Parts: sequence; structure tokens; C-alpha cells
Amino acid sequence: MRLAPMSLRRRSLLQAGLGLATTIPWLGRAETLPADDAQALHLLNRLAFGPGPGDLGRLQQQGLDAWIDEQLHPERLSLPAGLAQQLDALPLSRASQRDRVNAYREAAKEVKQDPENGKSERREMLKLEALQAGEARLWRALQSPRQLEEVMVDFWFNHFNIFQGKGLDRVLVDLYEREAIRPHVLGRFRDLLGATARHPAMLFYLDNWMSVAPGFRPRHGGGQNAPSGLNENYARELMELHTLGVDGGYTQADVTELARMLTGWTFNLRSRGSNLFVFDVERHDQGDKNWLGQHVGNSGQSEGEWALDQLSRHPATARHVSYKLAQYFVADEPPPALVQRLAQSFQSSAGDIRSVLRTLFSSAEFRDPAQHGSKFKTPYRYVLSALRATGVPVRNVRPLLGALNQLGMPLYGCLTPDGYKNTEAAWLNPEAITRRVNFAAALASGRVPLARPVDAPDEPQQARQHPEWNAPPPDAQALVATLGGSLSARTRATVDAAQPALQAALVLGSPDFMRH
Amino acid sequence: MLRRDLIRTAALAGTSVWALGRHALAAVGPAADGTAAPRRLVVVFMRGAVDGLNLVVPYADGEYARYRPTIALGRPGSDGGVLDLDGHFGLHPALSPLMPWWRSGHLGFVQACGSPDTTRSHFDAQDYMESGTPGRKSTADGWMNRLLGALPGPHENAPTRGVSVGPVLPRIYAGPQPVANLASGAAAAKPTVLDRPRVGSAFDSLYAGNDAMARAYQASRQAHREVMGSLQGEDLEREMAAANNGAPLPNGFPDDAARLARLMRNDARVQLAFMAVGGWDTHANQGAATGQLANRLQPLGQGLAALAQGLGPVFDDTVVLVMSEFGRTAHQNGNGGTDHGHGNVLWALGGPVAGGRVHGHWPGLDQGALYEGRDLAVSTDFRSVITQVALQHLQMPEDRMAALLPDFREPAGLPALRLLRA
Repeated sequence: MRLAPMSLRRRSLLQAGLGLATTIPWLGRAETLPADDAQALHLLNRLAFGPGPGDLGRLQQQGLDAWIDEQLHPERLSLPAGLAQQLDALPLSRASQRDRVNAYREAAKEVKQDPENGKSERREMLKLEALQAGEARLWRALQSPRQLEEVMVDFWFNHFNIFQGKGLDRVLVDLYEREAIRPHVLGRFRDLLGATARHPAMLFYLDNWMSVAPGFRPRHGGGQNAPSGLNENYARELMELHTLGVDGGYTQADVTELARMLTGWTFNLRSRGSNLFVFDVERHDQGDKNWLGQHVGNSGQSEGEWALDQLSRHPATARHVSYKLAQYFVADEPPPALVQRLAQSFQSSAGDIRSVLRTLFSSAEFRDPAQHGSKFKTPYRYVLSALRATGVPVRNVRPLLGALNQLGMPLYGCLTPDGYKNTEAAWLNPEAITRRVNFAAALASGRVPLARPVDAPDEPQQARQHPEWNAPPPDAQALVATLGGSLSARTRATVDAAQPALQAALVLGSPDFMRH
Repeated sequence: MLRRDLIRTAALAGTSVWALGRHALAAVGPAADGTAAPRRLVVVFMRGAVDGLNLVVPYADGEYARYRPTIALGRPGSDGGVLDLDGHFGLHPALSPLMPWWRSGHLGFVQACGSPDTTRSHFDAQDYMESGTPGRKSTADGWMNRLLGALPGPHENAPTRGVSVGPVLPRIYAGPQPVANLASGAAAAKPTVLDRPRVGSAFDSLYAGNDAMARAYQASRQAHREVMGSLQGEDLEREMAAANNGAPLPNGFPDDAARLARLMRNDARVQLAFMAVGGWDTHANQGAATGQLANRLQPLGQGLAALAQGLGPVFDDTVVLVMSEFGRTAHQNGNGGTDHGHGNVLWALGGPVAGGRVHGHWPGLDQGALYEGRDLAVSTDFRSVITQVALQHLQMPEDRMAALLPDFREPAGLPALRLLRA
């Protein structure tokens, strides 16, 4: 599969002839680049978190289609030794679900026995968990050559969102990503769905862990907070957000019946194994159910597994997932014909995500030059792409986590199960632009302490004594070269006219760099 | 309450609130010299569907405590009991900071309010409440943006301004009218790199265009100047000290509300404002007088009190509406929580509010009266409230109502809502 530069060039000429290039700034930009360069840049902007120094040249040397193919098979690309070491050295990298939950419960006990010290110890533990989750995610997103994998982690995590701030999920969020999301981001949708459904982090977040058959009495008493009936939270979001979509044709009765089928899907805090998921038959509603027009006899855990089979095969799921993929990779209002083709690909491949993406990346809609730079970056993408473009090594991710907070998109901090949106309507607002400009200016003038040791005391004097903690200011001309001459004539003129110290800030804070 | 609303005159029965609005308009129109103080509206959205039955509690309804064996609030006077409102309803005790406004007649509620669309999806329901077009997903703009476009503005050459607090712009403000958003927390008043003239002018030229990004940039620059201008003397020093510490403030909502009040008090152009506060999706262990829901309500009550106080004289010209996308099940679920429901309570606070009353028709909690046998029914369309506020309070010309709330017709046969003072 080879991109067709001729036909693309013809199309751009046609659009230029129609006068579009003068009214749409990013089209104007594409005009100034040879079509192959523009496509290469487009790939780095959509299948990766933007170009880093030298990426554009390497991609062109490899060939666009070979690069896409490689990205679709991340197992063929090894992580750089430095990154692998960094990840391996994270103290919690080998702690299992059981280890984490035990530590969490121990900390809670400590707080009861010794409130003073216990509380601060607990706080330290949770801070460490949050920091390591952030490090594991951001280091990979910035440095991994398997960029599409990282992009899909962002996509699927938001699709199956959980919130780090809720109880046990404080200590489970990065395991959830590592165990339930990451292994399946390019695999089978059914596997992904099953892995999230069985993960304690999801069972906890959407309350299914304590949804029980009405009238259930726990064997060992259980006190006032013992579960006594259904909780339909997960069953609803499973259909509305994870599979069928809100217009997928189910009713309130279907929500309740699915909740009954999923009773008993919980986790056991005293589990001997490292994974905590269990199906507890005593909590399971043994009655007959009637779900999506089908009679469902009692069959324990298989009821839920069967429901996940049905949901992953449902045409509404194929449409819903395809729409979201097309919106993420192509345009906020994705072309309906493309969504339909992706849905066909989803169904004919039995939900093979790699096949759907292959269809997507080879589509004329994705390659349409009119889409170059048509998406407004989310704060996550903005921050990552700025760091990648400068090529500055990131030892300490805290300043980046802080920037994401300020920009309204804290990592693992979306409270609601719909996850973060990736549309312009969601993220373009007055405050957003000036916040980004401020981040760009700080990064470009070398005032972001990305090299500060994570355990250094958080005091302003300390920072003044250690100028080496700050990332060095990037070179503006190198930045322009990395971005492949993708800046508009107006931006280039403004950058050229500015004093040198301000040039890199203008590049990273430019309207051009807000889009991808 | 139906029994009280029966006092209405026979002539008004079945007529629309629009007609009522016209009467009101004549009574409270601007003074002859045209210097009437501008009217303001603040909308506070509780995202996640708050449990309205534990907020304005129908404690006198026999079913209430029966449906909620472990999470019902006690009767007034009992330990952790509700604060009595009118002998039938009581307020959650965590909202006690608001009782002075109830007693002075400036805080009221509409019980069993909500959307005619019955979706139990948070996201669709919020979308409908913000677009103002329940059941129609294709509406591109939000009703507060349309309202912004329809208001004449307090003075000539001073167009009405709309502001939002928080790092993203809400759906309710989507649309062609420019809206400024202010950072949450002390960052709103922190000087930025763009305040340095050389940096500012270089970026100004990058964003000199007329596309969406350029307009957003320009709106932000202007809003920032206005905020810095509206914080005077001590205020500014305090804000700067807080900002420079860089630490997030402990009480997000109360501080943001106080800051918004200050801005509105000092800038007459800010007629519309919006804030959102999340975390109400209490599917498990929501608690009663204490617990999760109470912990969330406390800062909300403090913040609304701070807003009311901070507005000072402007409070007399301000209506604050507090709404949430739908209510929660009448029965508690298997986990001491509540699942997604339908009807909810809407709050109204401000000088023009006919407070000290629970408005609206109360459908009751009898099994037969519940929507689909499980949720409080909706008896007042939330758009009736918006209509009344737009016409009677904001004095929007009646012929613009159809553009503000397309498809909406005041239902006939219900007693007219009188949420505002005549």
C-alpha cells in the first residue's frame, strides 16, 4: 500500500483553485509543502504525538506505508534501553493488584491507630502512586517509538475511563492501564472489553463490585454498609459508553436486566492470587432475565460473558466505536461514509482493532489534505507535542502533570465515565489559549524544572540554587526544522521579526501549533 | 405547592408565563433616565445529577423514609434532621449557611422540576439542559449564548458580557457570542507572561486574525485586563499572594464564587455568569446528614452564601439558578446510594426571587405517582423557569423567546409558576 501523491496533489490544486487555500490557514500551509512531506507530517501529528527532532526525515526515508505498518505492529519495535530502564526502575513496577490493595488497606489501618503519622504516611504513599502512574504514562508517550500504541492508550483509556481520585482506584489506576488497556489497544475489542469488565479498578469505579441479587445476605454479617441489592451504574455505562452508544436501542429495563446478569462480578480483597477478580455465585441473581429481547436463563458468570459477546458483536457497537475512532483520527464531525466503512471493517473482522485502523489510515478521508491540521489539540496532546518537538529529556514529570491540571485535563483526573473529549468545541476557549501560551513561554525560556530530582524539596530557593534543574531553552531554528516547515507565512514572519529569546515561545505558542 | 398556587386568579389559568412576563415588564421596566442597574443571571450547574430528594426533603411524605431506610434524613428537630422549610419540605442540614436567605424570602426552590426528555444518560441530559432543546441533539449552541445575543446590554456601547469560571467553556455557552472564561482558583488574577509588553505585542500579532482561535485569544486578553482591573487594592494584594504561592486553594467553589461576585459587583457589563460543580453521582454510600453527599453540599452552600454576600447591592438585581441534569431514584439502591432518576429540585436565589417558598406542583412519592414506578415525576419544565427569568427579570423582548427556546410552549392547565416577585 503506497500513498498516492499524484492524486493528492491534484486534489490540493483543485482546492487552491476554488480559493479554499486563502480562507483556511492550515490548507495554505499544506500547499507550501510537497504532498509527501505534508502526508508525513500528518502521520506524525495523528498517529504519533507530533514530530520530534529528526522524525520527519526518518519517516520519509522509511516510506509512509512501511511506517504505518510498523506502527500497527508495535511488538516489532523495541523500546530504547534508556526508557526501558526508567520504567523498570519505578519502585511500584512489580507490585500486583493484591500488593497495592494491601498497602492501601494497611495505610487506612495506620490512620486509625496513629492518626498523626498515619495520615502523612498515607498521603506520601498516594502521592507516590500518582507520580509513578504519571511517569509510566508520560515517559512512554514522549519517548516510545511505538507512538501509535501510546496514542491508542490515550484513546482507549478515555473510552473506558476510570477516575484516579475515587478510593481504591488511587492505587489501581496504572495497573488498570497496564493490565486491561495497554495489551489490547490494537487487538480484539472483545478482549479489551472483557479485560476492563473484570478489572477491579473498573468494578470499583462503576460500583459493580457491590451490586448483588436483591435480598442477598452476606454470610458474615457485614454491617450497615453491606450490599443489599442492585447497582445499575456499570450496566448502564457498559451499554451507553463502552459498546452500543446512547442511541443503541436499549431501554431502562435492559439496564436493570444487564445489572442483574452482572451481579457477582466483583473482587476479593483477601484473594491469595495476585489478581483480585472473582465471580461470587452467592451474590448472583439466579432468576431468569430478559435482555435486549432475549430470554436469559441462569448460568452464573457465563451470563455476563455472553452479554459481552453480544455487545461486542452488535452493529450499534461497531458504529459507535467507529464514529469515535474517526472523530479522533480524522475530524470532529467525521465523514459518515468513512464511519460506515469502518463499522463494516469492525464487523467483518470480528472487532479486530488493527484491521479497523488499517482501513482508516488508508482511507481517502484520512489522507485528505483538507484534514491536515484540522483538529484542535487537546491539552494532553498540546503538552506532549511541545515536549517532543523540543526534544528536551524529561526526568521529572511533575511540571507536566501541573500543566495538564492548569489546562483543565488532569491526567487520570476525568471524574466522569465518558472520559475526555477530543474536539475543538470541548477545548478551544479564551483561557485555554493564553494558558498554552504561558506554558510555551516557560518551556521556551528554560523555566520548566524537568530535570529536578523528584525527591528534591519543593522550595523556591532550592530552584534558584539549581539552574541545572531547568530544561535548557530550545533553539528556535531547530524547532522550525523539526516541525518540517509547517508554520504559516504569517507565523514565520512574526517569529523572524521577534528578538531571538522570544522566537521559540512564538513557535510553540503559535496558532499553527495549537492544531494537528 | 399546588395547594398554595391555587390562589391564582381564574383569569390566569391556562395562560402562558409569557403573558405574565408582559405584566411584570410594565411594572419593573427601566427608569425613565435609562440608568436602571443591569439585571444579572448566574447559573450554577451541579453535574452528575444531585439527589434532590435528599436536598429539599419531602419529610412529611410517608413514603420518603420508607423508600430510603438507611439514607433518609430525619424530621426537623431530630438528630441530624432537616431544617424545616414549610412544614412539608426540609433543607439538608449541610446547607444551613443558606437559611438566612430562605428566611428573608430570597431563596426558593422548584420541586419536581426537570426536562421533558426522559433520558437517564448524564451526558445527553446535560446536553439538553444546556442547549435548551430537550430531545434535539443537533442544536449547535447553548441557551446562555443565545441569551447573550438577545440581551440589549446595560448601556449603549457596552455590550453584555458573559463569563464562565473554569478551564473549559461549557456547552451552555457554545455559540457565536464571545464568552470569557476565568481560571478557577487564584490563577485567575495572576499576572501572565502576556502582561510583559514585548511578549504581549508579539503574540497579539500572531493572533490578530478573526478565526475562532484569534477571537478566543483576544477575548482572554480582554477578560484578564478586566479581572485585574476589578480587583482593587487589598483584593489584588491578597489574590497575588495566593497566586504566587501557587498552591491550589482548599475550597475551590467558595473561593471561585467569591471571586465571581467581586467581578460582577465591579463590572456592570457582566450580566451572565456560569459555574459548574461536579461529583453528585452518588450510586453508593451517599450518607444522610453526614457522609459523601453532605460533604459535597457543604462547600456548595458556603459558596452560594459567599456569592450572595459578595454581590452586595448587586444581589438585588441578580437571580442565581442552581440546576442539575436529572434527579435520582426515589428508592435507595442496594448500596446505600441512588441510581439515575428523573425529576429534581431547582434552586433560585437573589433579590428578585419570590423566596421562602417551595414552588411547583408536588406530584408526591406514591408508587403510582412515580415516573416508571421509580423516579420523582417532572411537573415543571426547566424551560418555564428560564422563560420567566428571561422575560420578567432580564427584560428580554418577548418576540425573542422563540429564538431562545425553540420548540417550547408553556404547558396549559398547570398553575403558573411565580418564582419571581411581581
